[in-house]
Amino acid sequence: MSVLVYLESENKTYKKSAYELASYAIALASQLNTEAIGLVINNDTPENIGGLNQIISITNESLNTFTAERYASLLSIAFEKSGSQYLVISSSADSKYIGGMIAAQSGSSFIPNVIALPENIEGKTAFKRTVFTNKGFAYTSSKSDRCIIGLSKNSFGVHLSDVAPKVEAMALELTDDRVTVTNKTTADGKATIADADIVVSAGRGLKGPENWHLVEDLAEVLGAATACSKPVSDLGWRPHSEHVGQTGKPVATNLYIAIGISGAIQHLAGINASKVKVVINNDPEAPFFKAADYGIVGDAFTVVPQLIEKLKVFKAQNA
Amino acid sequence: MKILVCISAVPDTTSKINFTADQKSFDTSGVQFVINPNDEFGLTRAVWFKEQQGAEVHIATVGESSVEPIMRKALAIGADKGFRVDTPPTDGFLVAQALSEQVKKENYDLVICGRESIDYNGNMVPGLIASHCGYSFINTCTGLTIDGDKATAIREIDGGSETLETSLPLVIGAQKGLVEESDLKIPNMRGIMSARTKPLEVITPSNLEALTEDLSFEKPASKSEVTLIDEANIDQLIELLHKEAKVL
Repeated sequence: MSVLVYLESENKTYKKSAYELASYAIALASQLNTEAIGLVINNDTPENIGGLNQIISITNESLNTFTAERYASLLSIAFEKSGSQYLVISSSADSKYIGGMIAAQSGSSFIPNVIALPENIEGKTAFKRTVFTNKGFAYTSSKSDRCIIGLSKNSFGVHLSDVAPKVEAMALELTDDRVTVTNKTTADGKATIADADIVVSAGRGLKGPENWHLVEDLAEVLGAATACSKPVSDLGWRPHSEHVGQTGKPVATNLYIAIGISGAIQHLAGINASKVKVVINNDPEAPFFKAADYGIVGDAFTVVPQLIEKLKVFKAQNA
Repeated sequence: MKILVCISAVPDTTSKINFTADQKSFDTSGVQFVINPNDEFGLTRAVWFKEQQGAEVHIATVGESSVEPIMRKALAIGADKGFRVDTPPTDGFLVAQALSEQVKKENYDLVICGRESIDYNGNMVPGLIASHCGYSFINTCTGLTIDGDKATAIREIDGGSETLETSLPLVIGAQKGLVEESDLKIPNMRGIMSARTKPLEVITPSNLEALTEDLSFEKPASKSEVTLIDEANIDQLIELLHKEAKVL
């Protein structure tokens, strides 16, 4: 009854999230006294994750484009074939897309948004997960023998050994997908909210979209992704894809910098899983200060340019 | 075209979340319930299809009679008929099973669910329904047009978007962007009056099974006090982020 983990790839190499996911699967397998097996699709260097007992590597050019039906059926088959008790998947848009589909096809249960290894509660194996968009936690157990675990981003960290796993190729028959991708648009080279270690976010305090160069410049110095509050996306200053909060995207980064955002409860819920929060706001009464680790009470238009310049110096010294 | 919009009753986004003293369940006292925001974007698009292309719009909710006010609101917004599966929505599997039975019974062309409910954030119900019913499925859907039995959709992906083509029958996971926030409908008096007499059928379920169990709940630990830094001393912030927080 091993632990199978689906490690996502991009451009034939591992996505950053794969290392945290593998770390979690290895720890879960060790707790259960069993093996951790990685499942990898179209990756040129599948051996580049240490500590797993085995990696199943699938290579097929027609899988270069993600389509949900194919990927879900492939993962369901691998889950069955491996005889694993758990399948661990990430919290990426693609993995969230197929989680329910794999559960239905493989007849397993699914516990999403998990943030820790299981604990024993009332004799049951309980996984801690976030609920109410980070306003609470639930300890959830599976009633089914086989279970999919959706791991929240940045919740476990990377702890990998350098013992190279044995890699085995798996051949498979592919079914057709009823949904076809006709166009794909991504902002190349730009950090995304899903992947970035740092997110710089701004609200109505910036007064208008013409001032967003401040946010973009700060993000560039830090290698950060940009985000915004709900009113800003509703006003059309920034795209919906940047809206962070309860009805937008959740953010779980190492560092979240909020500029001119008052900190409505819906926004705070969305960013609560971030490790360190910095707030810059000219209103000392802004509720966000209560949820922040570090705060500067001051005008964004004077504070942010200074911060950018000083960070450039810091980066040059610490390069 | 026959459309089903699956609706979940969730705490209003401004709600403070508390759990009962024994930590066994969500404390609903003083909580205002609303239509799950992701479902509301979907409902608005369904009513748009009804008005622009002609469609019959049904809604379905799994829950006890306390969810009926939000179902009446959905009817006031423009849905034609409601179905309530009379059981507590204990987990995503039970809910998806109940809704799948409704889908199979009525043979909908399009099933719209919210991407996730903002209470338990499972993000699994639409994918489960699609798989149970053999429908195509598009998640995190921010655009949908339908021409005959052809559907063209936009899906939000990490760091961008995709355009997808498929055919009906289809399940989508709706979210903000499918319609603009400013296009959400506030029911008018005529809508509210007519909703009172629209059919709302109660279904007594059988053999529904939850696959997961929430054993206990807890609230996040309270936050330590913020460290305030003078705006004239930005170097100190960089120093703290570097040496104390270790995030730079």
